[in-house]
Amino acid sequence: MVMSKELAKTGEKVKTNSFNMIQAINDGLKTVLEKDKRTLLLGEDIGKNGGVFRATDGLQTKFGEQRVMDTPLSEAGFVGTAVGMALNGLKPIVEIQFLGFIYPAFEQIATHVTRTRTRTLGHYHMPMVIRAPYGAGVRSPEIHSDSVEAFFAHMPGIKVVCPSTAYDAKGLLLAAVEDPDPVLFLEPMRLYRGKRYEVPVEEYHIELGKGTMVAQGGDVSIFAWGAMMPIALEAAENMKQQAISCDVIDLRSLYPLDKEIIANSVQKTGRVVIIHEGHETGGIGSEIISIINETSFLYLKAPIEKVTGFDVPVPLFALENDYLPTTDRIEQAILKVYEF
Amino acid sequence: MKEKYPLFQVMGKDGKWQDQTYEKELNEAKVKSLYYHMLRIRTYDQKGVALQRQGRIGTYVPFAGQEAAQVGSALALGEEDWMFPTYRDHGASLAFGADLDMMLLHWNGRIEGCLPSRKKHIMPASIPIATHLPHATGAAMAETYKGSKNATIAYFGDGATSEGDFHEGLNIASVFKAPVVFFNQNNGYAISLPVEKQMNSETIAQKAEAYGIPGIRVDGMDVLAVYIAVQQALDKAKRGEGPTLIEAVTMRFGAHTTADDPSKYRNQDEINQKREVVDPLIRIEKHMKGRHIWDSAWQSSLSEEIGEELDNAISRMENYQKPVVSDMFDYVFEKPTWTIAKQRQQIISRGGRG
Repeated sequence: MVMSKELAKTGEKVKTNSFNMIQAINDGLKTVLEKDKRTLLLGEDIGKNGGVFRATDGLQTKFGEQRVMDTPLSEAGFVGTAVGMALNGLKPIVEIQFLGFIYPAFEQIATHVTRTRTRTLGHYHMPMVIRAPYGAGVRSPEIHSDSVEAFFAHMPGIKVVCPSTAYDAKGLLLAAVEDPDPVLFLEPMRLYRGKRYEVPVEEYHIELGKGTMVAQGGDVSIFAWGAMMPIALEAAENMKQQAISCDVIDLRSLYPLDKEIIANSVQKTGRVVIIHEGHETGGIGSEIISIINETSFLYLKAPIEKVTGFDVPVPLFALENDYLPTTDRIEQAILKVYEF
Repeated sequence: MKEKYPLFQVMGKDGKWQDQTYEKELNEAKVKSLYYHMLRIRTYDQKGVALQRQGRIGTYVPFAGQEAAQVGSALALGEEDWMFPTYRDHGASLAFGADLDMMLLHWNGRIEGCLPSRKKHIMPASIPIATHLPHATGAAMAETYKGSKNATIAYFGDGATSEGDFHEGLNIASVFKAPVVFFNQNNGYAISLPVEKQMNSETIAQKAEAYGIPGIRVDGMDVLAVYIAVQQALDKAKRGEGPTLIEAVTMRFGAHTTADDPSKYRNQDEINQKREVVDPLIRIEKHMKGRHIWDSAWQSSLSEEIGEELDNAISRMENYQKPVVSDMFDYVFEKPTWTIAKQRQQIISRGGRG
């Protein structure tokens, strides 16, 4: 097992596969099932069908029905079942077909998944990963496009992560499975079949709670994650034409947030744009502003701008692109903080 | 439906054998053990109500009337079986082997008491209704996965059968033939709502039909019948034949909690009159007298022993070390996140007080 940074530094030839995100997740799941007999997968249509997005394709054939379980259509039921399994020494990895389908399981997560370690003073704990594709932009039906990471970041006792690349997806997934506490693993379905990355064959972990700087610049700090990363990078690239250079930071971990990476960048630029597709009010963006307020208030040169989803139910797909942050809205925000 | 799901009794209301098939199994030692645990938890329950009235503990959840259901089921469990109780099943937890001191600490608002045993698999009481039924299913499936022969039992009331998690827990268990017993105590009321208004079905046992699993209706005031019914369901589960739903028809003699006034929604005088006729401790006493295995001197010494045990435990509960504020922070994650570490430091720097 090597850490991602070490992997980059060694310069040695590491055996990799060229994978998109869904393939990297499949590869990550295969890796953990091979490595640890205590792990097993539960979810709707994940076995024979290989998952509606094919994240678990081929895994039931390889590992059997006891390790890759097609559950009844029962989110509260199979998250609750996973609680019982975790109490009894297993490490369940649960797939919620779409994040918008997690609501029946909300009570299980809020009252048991997140509280078991506390309620038993550590005698029992919940080594559980809940995977959920999220977000708009792929013309899904209603409710299939929600981006409600903030509900869970607010909830004590669960970590929330969200990769934006195939490489991070495998590394974060393996770290989430290794973590002794529950992790909500959000998968941007809009990026599932996007860009391919070189994904190492061997196990590697990306530390939970750590963001990554994906573009460096000195004028404005852009914070985003998941499905917003490609447009954040595109906007930053476009701003170069106006001689504005941006730090673009992929936070990757939404609870806990990476305070250092946020503070370091803001203290350099003094200007901030935060992007997320979840609703604005009570969103993670407000929490990032709170961290900036606490760590870097006197470094600020302009009021912080947020480019987010609106405080409305995610619309049906005819209007979803109007709901979602766009490159144009991000560029306007960058200009606004730059010219303040 | 009541004809289809007849009330299983081993002794009648007069304590006489109704079904002598199990006489050998229900020998003197077994019956005495069942009686001892019923007496112990009743005494504990009375103390619990009194302690709350005196302001020495917080809100208490009494279970008087349900001693036979709780003790009969708990004593049927094997050492390695898993118990998933609710907040009203502390009698069952105690009978199965929960630490009395921990139990009392929980009523005193202490998180240490949440986990009543570190030796047996007795889970913290589930406060949200029916949410632990899928847990019992999952723990049972894990036993199968590990290739062991242990089973799990989930306790729940009549109100819980209206919750979605009741359905989801039973459905998943039935699909995967999980070795779990769903032990319902139908005490007639969910706080104020009588069971007739909780559901349109005549019995709870019949709900098993929907899942293609056996449903058993047992007299919950007959400790012998409960013991046999649960034992048979456990044996069946351990043989790989899947889950059973048991409805133990019982009564809650008192209030929902010490914060509840049952006279608001039912005629408590009627309940009190009925109580004298159906009391499960009186019933087993009659049975034992009929079998000439009742001994007043033995009963008095038990009573004395239990009183002493409880008084000592209450005294330990009241003199237990003060709570440590850092506990609030130290068991959320294996290692505290930076936000929790920061908040912890804030309160510690104030001398550990808010």
